[in-house]
Amino acid sequence: MRIALLSDIHGNREAFEACLEHAERNGVAQYVFLGDYVGYGADPGWVLDSVMAHVERGAIAILGNHDAAVAGDPVSLNEDASAAISWTQSRLSPAHNDFLRRLPLTVQRGNYLYVHANPVAPGEWGYITDLYSASRALVASQAHATFCGHTHVPSLFHMSVTGKFASFDPIDRVEIPLTPRRRWLAVIGSVGQPRDLNPAACYAVLDTATDVLTYMRVPYDVDSAAKKISNAGLPIGLSYRLYQGY
Amino acid sequence: MLNGRSLVPGDTIDGFRLDRQLESGGMADFWRVSHTGIALPLIMKIPLLRRGEDPLTIVGFEQEQMILSRLSGPHVPRFIAAGDFEQPYIVMEHVAGQSLMHRIDQGPQPDEAAARVGARVADALHDIHQQHVIHLDLKPSNIIQRDNGTVVLIDFGLSRNLQLPDLIGEEFDSPVGTGAYVAPEQVRRGRNDPRSDIFGLGVILYVLATGEYPFGQPERESEWRRRLWRDPLPPRWWKKDIAPWLQEIILRCLEINPDARYETAAQLRFALQHPEDVLLTARSERHYRDGTVAVFMRWLANRNAPPIRARPAASLIDRSPIVMSAIDLSPDAEGLREALAIALRRILATEPSARLACVNVLKTSRITLDRLEDAQGRNPHLQRLIELKHWARSLPVADDRITYHVFESPDPAAAIIDYAVNNNVDHIVLGARGSAPLRRYLGSVSSQVVAKAPCTVTVVRQPVSTQDMPDEQGLATLQGGTESTGAG
Repeated sequence: MRIALLSDIHGNREAFEACLEHAERNGVAQYVFLGDYVGYGADPGWVLDSVMAHVERGAIAILGNHDAAVAGDPVSLNEDASAAISWTQSRLSPAHNDFLRRLPLTVQRGNYLYVHANPVAPGEWGYITDLYSASRALVASQAHATFCGHTHVPSLFHMSVTGKFASFDPIDRVEIPLTPRRRWLAVIGSVGQPRDLNPAACYAVLDTATDVLTYMRVPYDVDSAAKKISNAGLPIGLSYRLYQGY
Repeated sequence: MLNGRSLVPGDTIDGFRLDRQLESGGMADFWRVSHTGIALPLIMKIPLLRRGEDPLTIVGFEQEQMILSRLSGPHVPRFIAAGDFEQPYIVMEHVAGQSLMHRIDQGPQPDEAAARVGARVADALHDIHQQHVIHLDLKPSNIIQRDNGTVVLIDFGLSRNLQLPDLIGEEFDSPVGTGAYVAPEQVRRGRNDPRSDIFGLGVILYVLATGEYPFGQPERESEWRRRLWRDPLPPRWWKKDIAPWLQEIILRCLEINPDARYETAAQLRFALQHPEDVLLTARSERHYRDGTVAVFMRWLANRNAPPIRARPAASLIDRSPIVMSAIDLSPDAEGLREALAIALRRILATEPSARLACVNVLKTSRITLDRLEDAQGRNPHLQRLIELKHWARSLPVADDRITYHVFESPDPAAAIIDYAVNNNVDHIVLGARGSAPLRRYLGSVSSQVVAKAPCTVTVVRQPVSTQDMPDEQGLATLQGGTESTGAG
């Protein structure tokens, strides 16, 4: 089965729609959402409605730190993010809040672990940015492959049977076999606010029959998403950064 | 049970029936296997893990599984399936043919025979390089020649796919490879340069031609390092009458600095297939290796050369195309030839590593034997070569990157396409004469080439004023249709 892995949508409807369409065209049968549906973008309600509809049809959804903050948890965030959280809270319905409050921090399915941030302590929202943080996660994990988000930068870490760690910058649309004698930690980039200087939305497709992972970059209407952010009165920097992908 | 030796004929693994055990390799057992519904002869490779967890065996197996499953085409065994945990294995096509080792065992080969095999191997290398894979353990035992001559490369356990994680490079802190064949940059742990395979092929050509190993067959890595400063004895030292062109090619492949080698396997294949066009340099004349001073200077520069950890540069293959230009030499095509030269200058200006092959096809009658001389008693073949060189003098291509070819064929389009296929041509540039109605119906050479070429084709036209343009209206007029514009 082909599973689409989508993370850090952050209320960006244009990017999310483009990824969903792309996934559908590519034979995806199931969806896993790795958290941070809201915050930053101007369409948190629409994005949550869509995610909730997918969950009703069997999709998995994980809790992200922005989702927890919107739902009322004390989460430390920077100034722009906090402003976006307050704005987002005013836009969500009780049903949205109820959905967010009930999301799990992790979901394990067979040999795969799904989590938003560093799986060593999922509720502490640690980042996986380098080989050191990745190695701790790989050692702690019992899963053959762990999928997370949170950093907004796509990367792939792995550990060999002898305990050697390595990182890899995945290339758009190149199929990567997740070989069985190795542990893998895939950081899926962000749908709604990529930060690797490539403004195209990022998601990944996992083929569970062959254990092949493919990162995808999907161009979308950045202009509309950015204008909605500035029109909504959200911090202007949240709009500009979408054009450059930082 | 992770022990291949406990298996017996008749056992099945994931639906594959083990028929017969073949000769074991150093790191794996091999079985002929069969599977209902698969007609292809199959072989199962089972890594030998019985000596505990040998990292090179395990990681090499992982790497091969990863790389082979992503390769395709006639120069690699077809990947069928892989499994792990209970019984690790890879099932692939069983390639019927002889290993190049067999030929090496026959002793030194004539120059032409060595070049012929070398060109076949270069063709296979170019194919995998275009799929972003570098073999990195090229040696005669990993090269199988099918009965039809096609070369198949096997054993991708130490290879690298530039678009996938490099499990081998990340696992080991020391270089991996085979002592006789590893390139200098591999000794420094460089694993991202396709030209390392060109070095490996250079060693194979050296052995094929002379029967000797240019760097011996050292097993210890500390001895591998010597090739960072010590050049090999030239092939002529062993084989007095080796053709200068072959020595030139071999020593260029064996250059310490990858930049001094052929840019691509396709360019190497081209040289091996066109010995008469190989530009001879001091390499071809060498009788002995470099003097003490030169070697000492290289030793000073390279003895502490650090490991290469650079990320792969933009693809050299993409930047070093073989461009082929088909030139019409008839007197009335002068304007078209000028337009062709202008188009080529534009293309070549952006590609300094490109190689240009200038081709003219002498159309012969299908039935009668054509006379070898024209009305003035000149040899038309030679005359055309002279004209080709004259035409190409203004093109920005170094002498060692341009060649001239005149063919005779009753079917020029087919001759151009054959040439492109046989020489890994990346880009054909040819002119089209005005689209005269008759030519349109018969099918011009350029349109046939466009339809059948294996690569990019640029069709160049001589600029004409709109007034003269023989276009749809012209055709309509010819057919008795109404004239709708002022054309013609």
